[in-house]
Amino acid sequence: MPSEVLPLIIKALIVIGAVMTMAGYAVLMERKIAGWIQGRPGPNRTQIPILGSIPVIGTFLTRLGVFQPAADGLKFLFKEDALPGHVNKFYYVLAPMIAFVPAMATMTVLPFGQYTGADGVTVPIVLANLDIGILFILAVSSLGVYGIILGGWAANSKYPFLGGIRASAQMISYELAMALSILPVFMWFGGTLNLHAVVQGQYQVWTIFAQPVSALIFLVALFAETNRLPFDMPESETDLVAGYNTEYGAFKFGLFFVAEYTHIIIGSGVFVALFLGGWTLPFVPIPDGIAGAIISIGIFLAKVFALVFFFMWIRWTLPRFRYDQVMNLGWKKLLPLAIANLVVYAIIIALIENLG
Amino acid sequence: MAVKEISIGDIGARAAAADEEFKGDEMVINMGPSHPATHGVLRLKVEVNGETVKACDPIIGYLHRGDEKIAENMTYNQFIPYTDRLDYIGPIHNNVTFAIAVERLAKLEVPPRCQAIRVICCELARLQSHLLGAGVYGMDTGALTVFMYTFTQREKLYTLMEQLTGARFTTSYTRIGGLARDIPEGWLGHVRKVVDEMEPVLDEIDALLSRNRIFYDRTVGVGVITKEDAIAYGLTGPCLRASGVPLDLRKDKPYCGYEQYDFDVPIGTNGDSYDRWLVRLEEMRQSIRIIKQAIDKMPDGPFYAEEAKKIFAPPKKKILTSMEELIQNFMIVTEGPQMPPGEVYFEAENPKGALGFYIVSRGGGVPYRLKIRSPSFCNLSIVPKIMPGHMIADIPVILGSLDFVMGECDR
Repeated sequence: MPSEVLPLIIKALIVIGAVMTMAGYAVLMERKIAGWIQGRPGPNRTQIPILGSIPVIGTFLTRLGVFQPAADGLKFLFKEDALPGHVNKFYYVLAPMIAFVPAMATMTVLPFGQYTGADGVTVPIVLANLDIGILFILAVSSLGVYGIILGGWAANSKYPFLGGIRASAQMISYELAMALSILPVFMWFGGTLNLHAVVQGQYQVWTIFAQPVSALIFLVALFAETNRLPFDMPESETDLVAGYNTEYGAFKFGLFFVAEYTHIIIGSGVFVALFLGGWTLPFVPIPDGIAGAIISIGIFLAKVFALVFFFMWIRWTLPRFRYDQVMNLGWKKLLPLAIANLVVYAIIIALIENLG
Repeated sequence: MAVKEISIGDIGARAAAADEEFKGDEMVINMGPSHPATHGVLRLKVEVNGETVKACDPIIGYLHRGDEKIAENMTYNQFIPYTDRLDYIGPIHNNVTFAIAVERLAKLEVPPRCQAIRVICCELARLQSHLLGAGVYGMDTGALTVFMYTFTQREKLYTLMEQLTGARFTTSYTRIGGLARDIPEGWLGHVRKVVDEMEPVLDEIDALLSRNRIFYDRTVGVGVITKEDAIAYGLTGPCLRASGVPLDLRKDKPYCGYEQYDFDVPIGTNGDSYDRWLVRLEEMRQSIRIIKQAIDKMPDGPFYAEEAKKIFAPPKKKILTSMEELIQNFMIVTEGPQMPPGEVYFEAENPKGALGFYIVSRGGGVPYRLKIRSPSFCNLSIVPKIMPGHMIADIPVILGSLDFVMGECDR
């Protein structure tokens, strides 16, 4: 048994490390893009003593802000981890973990590349190739909201409390639309719930072209699920100061922060796998062996970060919805649209199967 | 020493008298005095039922410095730096308003060049103020980028102020009967360049927000002030005009030679937050129009009133060479500019509304009493009236659309 478990643990550690690093650099990306959009340079000062003083490359990397995530992370680690006197200590400490762990756990079933061995069998590069992968992702990622609700409640303060209420209402509303919007996709690919099979089915036509409405609903719901502007009700800083994490500081806040960005990356990953062809390019076969594996991972990451860029672009451009408008959009527009979309595609697929 | 809390409005009085009325099913949220949504040190006591605001009670006075009392203890010219600190978003306009008020008291006429320079200063201050108002308003609705765009433009205006007055923020540019100094060489060219560059930015802000569906939903029908309410609560400035009352002191009671300039007064129809946004945007365009006209017909001549011998300090060169002027300067510095007894009330169209100075003089160099009518204070008084019934997220939007400055409100 250890000979089977050990490689898995190593793989898991690599993936978690990679996702954490990506989350850190997504923060840098966010700040750089914000600077770019707003006509200012963004982080360009942080240096690492030896690396930063290399003549050309060091200056370039410093200007690019490459060392900023490390500095931010260290700051979170070394700040005093204050525990306010008025909080419910157990839940207060537990909440960031509950927010963080599901964000990481969804990573296990998300395939991010493929490997074709010498025997010609194509396997996905994934920690656990579950047949019900998407169900696992939906189930586990929605656990993350407990972290926010608990955090808002345990902080025993009014602004976090309101943030927690908003978060719970918003997440539940959009969860429905999100789940309904991806059902047509799996119907389209013959009823499988395996993400690898869905990606393999998109060699010719990406699902976003076959099912634009599903993609739209999923994308909107994804914005709402990840608490990004224009849906960042739980932490809308103009009215709720910082929402659910008002009372948090140091590494606990860092966990919330990383969880948010991990959610964005993994959400983008799911969107890419479902609608943008995953690690495939249209009509271009992926070579066999290790090279193919690396190329496929590269393509996947490029698509994911293109989508993350889209997330950030939206955030720094649009104003924020109001709480009741978010609820209206979720229940009165997106949910009926998702149900109609499901019915329409069910009929279309039935017709295709019966006639064709 | 406890801070004395001064509440405005009927709800305010009720809330201050009986705090226990807030105890019930409703939750009381305390917004401010340090909160990202309140501009400056305004404190809002908000009674909410879920997300709906039941009552809202602004508590002011955190920035009270006693400017009116300070004014009684110093000469008229010495008070000019204090006017910088009233509406510190566009400080130079306060300088101008105060100077004109005292000039009315002294029955002084300033030469046309001085008036034209003052007009440019006033309109630059209006641009400064409205740019900040628009940017912060965008931020209050969640669009953070507009803030940066408008602040880039404000930086250029600050540079203009630095070239003109030597200070970016605390300008103190006017003197009783004139200005501290003439405009530097080439300054008008700089002004024209800056306002020319500003026009496309205004269009960009307009394109980013005015037709944005989310922004539209957030502001239309939010914080509606009816015409009658606006007049009853003494609102002035863009807040009043957005409610459909075409009152602009630049048109109705021209001062500084505003009657020579060709400009429009934008008014709103619904009096909601969206109208206030549109009115501010249009006012900026009109300000640019006025500035361009003022630059084009900038007259030559002295920049201070020659007849203000007893009021205006003589030129430095003459002080150093002539006995008469030295004595006069000594008298002006120690005693202040000698004013005739009497009283005067003058108000001008400040960026935020009508800023008025009521001065009672018993002769001599210091005012007997100086009352400041601050537009922010009056505009803020409507908050308890319009806030109930809205959501928590509407509070920053309404506050942003009222565009007040606490430095002026508390003074």
